[in-house]
This record gives sequence, C-alpha cells and structure tokens, in this order.
Amino acid sequence: MANMINLTINNIPVSVEEGSTILEAARKLSIRIPTLCNHDDLCVAGNCRVCVVEQIGNRTLQAACATPVRENMQILTNSMMVMQARKTIIELLLSEHNADCTKCYKNGNCELQDLSNEYRTGNQIYIDLVPSKHYTIDQSSPSLIKDDSKCIRCQRCVRTCSELQAVSALSAAYKGAGMKISSFYDRPMHEVVCTNCGQCINRCPTGALTERNYIDEVWNAIYDPTKHVVVQTAPAVRVALGEELGYDPGARVTGKLVTALRRLGFDSVLDTDFTADLTIMEEGTELLTRLKKVLVDKDTSAALPMFTSCSPGWIKFIEHTFPELLPHLSTCKSPQQMFGALAKTYYAQKKGINPKDIVSVSIMPCTAKKFEATRPEMRDSGFQDVDYVLTTRELAIMIKQAGIEFMKLDDEDYDRFMGESSGAGVIFGATGGVMEAALRTAYEIVTGREVPFGNLNITPVRGMEGIKEAEVKIENVKPEWSFLEGVTLKVAIAHGLANAKRLMTAIRDGKVQYHFVEIMACPGGCLGGGGQPIPTNLEIRKKRAEAIYAEDENLPIRKSHENPEVLQIYQEFLGEPLSHTSHELLHTHYVPRKRY
Amino acid sequence: MANTEMRVKELAEKYGRNREALMPILQELIDERRYVNDEAMVNVARELDLSAAEVYGTASFYSFIETEEVGKFVIRLCKTIVCDMKGKEDVLQAIENTLKIKVGQTTADKKFTLKTTNCLGWCHKGPTMLINDEVYTELTPGKAIEIIESYMNK
Repeated sequence: MANMINLTINNIPVSVEEGSTILEAARKLSIRIPTLCNHDDLCVAGNCRVCVVEQIGNRTLQAACATPVRENMQILTNSMMVMQARKTIIELLLSEHNADCTKCYKNGNCELQDLSNEYRTGNQIYIDLVPSKHYTIDQSSPSLIKDDSKCIRCQRCVRTCSELQAVSALSAAYKGAGMKISSFYDRPMHEVVCTNCGQCINRCPTGALTERNYIDEVWNAIYDPTKHVVVQTAPAVRVALGEELGYDPGARVTGKLVTALRRLGFDSVLDTDFTADLTIMEEGTELLTRLKKVLVDKDTSAALPMFTSCSPGWIKFIEHTFPELLPHLSTCKSPQQMFGALAKTYYAQKKGINPKDIVSVSIMPCTAKKFEATRPEMRDSGFQDVDYVLTTRELAIMIKQAGIEFMKLDDEDYDRFMGESSGAGVIFGATGGVMEAALRTAYEIVTGREVPFGNLNITPVRGMEGIKEAEVKIENVKPEWSFLEGVTLKVAIAHGLANAKRLMTAIRDGKVQYHFVEIMACPGGCLGGGGQPIPTNLEIRKKRAEAIYAEDENLPIRKSHENPEVLQIYQEFLGEPLSHTSHELLHTHYVPRKRY
Repeated sequence: MANTEMRVKELAEKYGRNREALMPILQELIDERRYVNDEAMVNVARELDLSAAEVYGTASFYSFIETEEVGKFVIRLCKTIVCDMKGKEDVLQAIENTLKIKVGQTTADKKFTLKTTNCLGWCHKGPTMLINDEVYTELTPGKAIEIIESYMNK
C-alpha cells in the first residue's frame, strides 16, 4: 500500500497517498479550488495560477494543482492573501481577454466567465490590453474556429493535441507578452495537420476554440417550405445530449431526442444507426473478401490488417501521418456519409422527392464530421451528400432556442425507413463497438452460429484501455468458408490518436500481426467525441459507455445482418454487399496528405 | 532544397533524434544560415518525429533563432531602460536613416536587418548594440553610423 501523507486543509485533517497534489487532497474533503489550466485528462501545467493556496509558514503562494502534499502541511484555500491574489490573477487574465461575453458562442459555458462571476471582477483596475494586441480569428476550418482574443494561454489545447492525439497541430509559440497558441507559422487551421477531432474544443476553458456552428443554416432549411429536411442522429448523441439539458452523465434520451427533433420541424427523423448496420454488412464482407484474397488467392494487393474507416478524424490523421498504410483502410464510407448518399438517392426515390429539394442534416458527437461532409469525395449522390453537420452541443442550443422542455418530453420512435437499427449499430458509439458489431455478423456469416460470447457481449473489445487486443477462433465453418477453418482471427482496437499512432507504428514495423483493426480518433470512441457536451473526463466517458451498452442490450435486434430495413435495402436497391451500386454510393477512396 | 534535407539528416546523426536534439540542431542551422525557414523546420520535425508546429513553437520562443529571412548582418539595438535613457532613440534614428529601413526590416541588398533587443547586460556602457555576435558600446549616432559603414563592404 502506498505511503499516506497527513496534512490539514482549512484546519481539517486529511490523509492522502504520497505523490497526490494539494488539489487532489482538497477534492477528497470536497473543498473546491478553482482551476483553469488543470484538466483531469492532461498532465499538470501549473501556468494559470488561479489555484494558488497559502501554506502556513511559506512566504509565497503555491499552485495547488502542481504542488505535491507533504507531511504536516497546513494549507489555507480561502485566506485573505489567497483571495486577493486569486482575484488579481483573474483580473490580469481578463485584462488580455476579449470579454465580450454576450456576443461569445461560449456564453454560459465558460470557465473563465464562471470564475469572474464568482469573484465579482466588476471593478477592473487593469488596463484593457485587448485593443493593442492584434489578435486574430481563424475561421478557415469547416470544423472549428480559433479566436485568439479569447485565449488565456492555459495550453489545455496544446496538451490535448500532443498527449491525447499525438498530432500537435497547435503549439505555444513566441514568449512573454507575445506568447500565443499557434499552428506551424500560424498557418490557417485547414492547411495544417489538424484532424478536426475537436478534442481541444472539449477542453478549452473559454471561447478560444469552438465548433464552427451551422445552427442558422439549419433553421433556414427548416423554415424553407420548399425543402424536405431529413435528420440523422449518431449513436453517441443519445447517451450524451441529456447532459446539456438537465440530466446527469449516462442518461439515455433516445426517445426524447426523436421527439425534440420532430418538434424542431425536421420532416423526417432518421437514424445513423441504420447505416452503421449497413457499414457492418459492407465492411464485414470486405474483410472476408480480403481474407479470402490473402489466404486463398495469395493476392498480395489485398492489405491486411484491414482498418476501420468510420472516424473522419482518424482518416485525416492516417492520410497525414501514415499515407503508406492507406491501402489498409476499408473503403467503406462512414455511416454518416453512407446515410447522406442514400438520403438523396434511395430515400428520395422511395418518397418521390427531387433530391435537390432534400436538405440532409446530421447530428454528430463530432466536429471532424463537418469536415468530412465537405470532402469532394462525398458527393456521390450528385449533390453534397450531407449538407449540414451539427454537434450534440449545437442540437442542445436549438432545443433550448425552440423553448422545448426536454426533460418533460414523451418518448417517440424514429421514422421508417432508414430509422431501424440493431444494438450492433448503437455500439458504434463506443470504442470497440465497430469491432464487436463486425464480429457478431462476420462470425455468424462464416459459421452459421452466434459469436461464442455470453449474450453476444464481446467483452474483451470493450473498456477504456488505450489499445485492446482480442482473438476469436473460427471453427466448424460453413462449406463455402472452408479456408477459414481453424483460423484464429486476431483483432486490435485503439482510441485516441496517440494510441492509434503507437499501434500503427507497431503494425508498420511488422512488430504485431492482426487481421482487423478498429481505430477511433477520440478517447472512448465517439461518445468522447469533440462535439459532445463539455466537460469531459474518464468518469463521464465511462458513464456514456455504460449507457451505450445498456441501449444495445435493450434492443430486440442486436446483429446488423438481422436489421429488417438493411435486408430490405439490399433487396430493393443495393443488390448485395460490395455490389456495383454499393461501390458507387457507399465506398470511397483516400488522399495521401503531407504531414509537413 | 535537397541540401537542407541532407544537412538536417547529418545533424540528426550527430545530435540524435530525441527531442533534446532540437536546440543544438536549430543552433547549428542558425550558425550556418542565419535563419531557419519553413523548409528547414519541416525537415527537423521529420527527422525528430515532432510536429512542425512544435519546432516552430520552440524556434519562435528564442530571440536569436530567426524564423524569417534576415540579412547578412543582424543589428540588435538594446531597447531596455538604461540604454533608452542614455540616448538609444537618437542612435536608432541614425541607423534607420543610414540604412533606410525601420526596425524589423531588412535592406533590399539583404545585407542588414535592424532589430531591437532586450537587455544585453552592458548597461554601464550604454547605448549598446550587437551586430551578429559583436558587441558595440557607448554608442552615439555618429559612432553607430561609422560602425555600420564599416560593415557595408564586408
């Protein structure tokens, strides 16, 4: 057992493990010390100083987030000295901050605003330096906006981009008063290695990094009587939207989400889970085809392991960082883009609507999806397949704008068709979910039996470990799959791009061998996506994951290949997986990009 | 320029490919070519498996690592309070008038770049300036012009 350290905070004794910080000890006593640069997911920075506390006998104040506890420390978190210093620190931060709060997108969800409210910083004694600062706003990216005038240089974004994502599109540049958060040579965000994952947005304590929002565009489409507006909702949205609207993390609000979307005025409320199931049919078949090519035909052009391609942040990352591994990517579009392509073809035909009158909106836990929708490859319907992508947060804003009392809504069901989904589609929202869904289907196609895991729950691929591995032995196969008899299918799963980079490096260097690899750009998978409610931490992500798996267990259909609408679309429209039509609408290709 | 790529590779061989090799590599590049441009930084980033933004962030932190093109001679006039009180402003004007450039600019023949700098530690002999690595103290406008003229044919 670890060494325990005894100290007092505000004269209350507490003992914590050696190596804990004063901040952690205070939390144990439910004493809140304000923080800005500190974040549970990131390493200590200690640069904002708002967490300063007094240590009796010490002349200077200490940063609680960065100071380890020592035996017999006596800490005061609210002494006169602390309170005055903290107020000064906040005032100094504000003197360089564009505090135009009522015009700020983050108004009402800003840690700096909360803190200045708490400390009633009305009577600023410091000169407002903003007019002399020449701050710039970068609106070049379709996914995010970087407004330096709101930045307090806490470097949460820098640490996120480096520690969690191994991208480092942002770095601290220059020094002293001129220090700023900068891309390479301060180039526009859409020109650099940024993957648009939005993890920095999730952690920015102010309005310096926000999603590029399309709320007005979507309202305009809804108000336009000549437009038929369809909306699709990603799996991870239903387990997180509640957090913005009064629920605790982990609340499942699927039914209320559908009702709210209908009340907002969408003409058809459909489900991305449907195309998640379709993805499994296409991707599962693609995997089996590649296995056959490699194992039977000895075709060296088929690349194994095959990588999943649902996460647009991951796609841009591999295009920049491992372009040599692009042939390993499944050619399947993401469920959002499959949905978009079908909405303006299959759906339009079935409903007798001219596709040019359809506006296709998606609600995503993701900011990279905004970029994905604008990719030139994503126009296979003859139009831009998905017109507007809203994050979970933007949808919450629209629901509030519409005066909907979300918690009091009744539950309703998705429209048909393209509204039916299986549990396999739902778990796409959690890390390991695509793998689990694919295994449920592929194993059954090959053997005719369900996967050999209790109640279809493939637990080895679940959980928050950065890189997970699993093996499934394939036995007693159907005659047409005899080449897979006795094969042990080896799979790996990584979430967060730093983990993805580690795994890709090992695969590229031939240190590990797998057949199938799932990568999600964001920690925890889509449920921890860059478009999800703020704040985020491991505990919140675990709650959302529990909700996802509960949603799965509660659905009557839990395997993609049993989704009746999926069967129907193959019968009526697509033919079979990897058919000509499938290839035209549901598959894509990738572009090598420069890392530098 | 393949030249830059090769040179950076050599430097990476010399200093290693860990992050701590970044500063010595940048310093050698500065010694050789006075500034590091985007091409040089991209090559350093690739060799050390860093992002380009990280290399730029580090380079831009240091006043003596130039990230924009500079002239053959970089004049750094001390702008801190003691030199200021001892007549730095007159010296600055004399240099600006002689070279026909303002602070931050480079002459058309790429010979001189004029910059100001923080304290050089020569307060007792101010005003002070650096030209590349050479220190010049107790400047007057006339003395500064003479010194600069002596560099014109170098």
